[in-house]
Amino acid sequence: MSEILEQYTPVVGKDVINQLYQLAEPLKGKRVVHVNSTRVGGGVAEILTKLVPLMESLGIDTSWEVITGEEQFYQCTKGFHNGLQGNAVEMPAALYATYEEANRQNAQTLRPILEEADIAVIHDPQPAPLITHCPDRKGKWVWRCHIDASRPFRPVWRYLRKFVAQHDASIFSLADFAQPLPHPQYLISPSIDPLAEKNIELDQSEIDAVYTEFGIDPERPMIVQVSRFDRFKDPIGVIHAYKMATEFIPTLQLVLAGGGASDDPEGAAVLDEVRAAASDDPNIHILLLPADANRTINALQRAADIVIQKSVKEGFGLTVTEGMWKGKPVIGGNTGGIGLQVINHHTGFRVDTPEGAALRIRYLLNRRDRLEEMGRKAKEFVRENFLLTRHLREYLTLFLAMLHEQEGRIDLS
Amino acid sequence: MDEKQDPVALENGAPVEDTAEAASPFRVRDCALIAMASGRRAQNLRELRDILQTIDESSIYHHFWGNRLRPRFDDPEYQNDFASWANRELRDGKVAERLGVIDPTVHDTLEELRQELIDVIEQRLDETEQVAWSKPDRQFNFLTSTIVVFDTTLQMKQPIDLVTSVPAMSPSSIFYHVIDARRRTPGSVDDIRSWLCGLDGEYQDLCDEIAKLDPFFSSLTELRDQLAKVLTTYFVGEGR
Repeated sequence: MSEILEQYTPVVGKDVINQLYQLAEPLKGKRVVHVNSTRVGGGVAEILTKLVPLMESLGIDTSWEVITGEEQFYQCTKGFHNGLQGNAVEMPAALYATYEEANRQNAQTLRPILEEADIAVIHDPQPAPLITHCPDRKGKWVWRCHIDASRPFRPVWRYLRKFVAQHDASIFSLADFAQPLPHPQYLISPSIDPLAEKNIELDQSEIDAVYTEFGIDPERPMIVQVSRFDRFKDPIGVIHAYKMATEFIPTLQLVLAGGGASDDPEGAAVLDEVRAAASDDPNIHILLLPADANRTINALQRAADIVIQKSVKEGFGLTVTEGMWKGKPVIGGNTGGIGLQVINHHTGFRVDTPEGAALRIRYLLNRRDRLEEMGRKAKEFVRENFLLTRHLREYLTLFLAMLHEQEGRIDLS
Repeated sequence: MDEKQDPVALENGAPVEDTAEAASPFRVRDCALIAMASGRRAQNLRELRDILQTIDESSIYHHFWGNRLRPRFDDPEYQNDFASWANRELRDGKVAERLGVIDPTVHDTLEELRQELIDVIEQRLDETEQVAWSKPDRQFNFLTSTIVVFDTTLQMKQPIDLVTSVPAMSPSSIFYHVIDARRRTPGSVDDIRSWLCGLDGEYQDLCDEIAKLDPFFSSLTELRDQLAKVLTTYFVGEGR
């Protein structure tokens, strides 16, 4: 029994852990290599930090390799990221050349381990061309796309596709994100780690501390949206919804918590707009939190009555998952992966307008019985569907499917 | 139903009447599913019908049954994805209700089920002058899935073992033995009835009770609870 995996037993139950052991049995000793472009920071590194040790604990020989490049390489891959998300980015030819050269150089050192791997998982666009430098591949290669590529900027996708198409399969987070490709396209939703600082159970004293720290009144209702200051997250719409709701619930408090403006000029502009929209309302708390303020975010979500994520464009929406895991109903924008998580009248409400959000805020704060019931359902829904253990199970299933080169049914019994 | 087993003896693991081991034990298997995008999408009823005419039948199976192992709320308004999409994204209540009432268990083959879906959609297309469209990011994605079946190492040697083993089975194991079994077994029955029926017809009345369970409207955990109740009532007695 693995110590690291056993830590999840109290959260997900013994059945789920047993199932992982059984599923991993035929994969023992197989060599799996993950490749991305950073070991710290960002969602992919966060997932791999957890998944790699868990796979190892199941007896799979798992390694995690990181490719590197010069500044221009990251400039190029940032452009790819924006392009896949649909932005019309300008990409000079020199950047493409830098990108391909960086992959060629990384392949010099990674080739032996990649060519010997039973499964190579290539995360996002950064290492996609590695496959062209590994002609003697022993195993299967899968490209894992963590980005909302539902409507990519076509010139960028056309360029990347020639590398992606050489893989044996690809993985997308949602069916909407999948693109026409000449190989199987698997669907694996993201997940949250219930044992991470952002999601772990907290003592009441730690929750009480955020009330004091940020001047929030614990005796009055509070709603929170946690996300960066970005127009797609519609923080202005949240303030409008709050203002409409306060006409009926004057004691309401709103917390908008996000990262600092840093060097993102658009983020700074949106933050200025948010501050202007909030004017001097003392019950609107705009919090600029450092990137590692995970326990603070955890406490704020637990302190809230309702979690809001009123995005107008969203990938999967892991802040929704986080809020639901804290036992809160979520009022979310009717877009992207929010629809997979927020089930109207069961785990929260999907809304299209600030008016819709205001109505649902009023409803839930007036119907505490429904608020609590929906919060309970939301937490159980996440427990069954969106925790790291489910993510791991789907990776194991995918590995088995790829190694058996079969679709439909693989009987190992 | 007659009481078949002394509950005290059962608790001690030494059943009184059911001492003979079955000829072959019931091996508990489990399964894991991974969904796959077929790459085909529909934005209105006409496109849905056109794709339904040619899509692999495994996709139709997925949207009626395979979705049980995908993230979804346990008590959806409609049991199949076609009806849910028509209701939520096309906002066409009439076709959603007609698609929602389709019961896959009454069709012997997926081809029959495919034809009923197409018939319902064509009837609706005949009635309407304008076709409703979904938003571009709310199209119907035709999915398929790959299922990996594996051994849990658990075995039931005697039918009475079902009483304690079924409640401990995972939801996906219930899926495999109760729902998926209908695609694999002669007569499209679940694995438990297949096993019991191979035991000299002694358990025919139990099989009849299990046959009354309708998997279509139950979540996998509800189905497990219902099955456990039938087994407990049969072997242990009412109210035990």
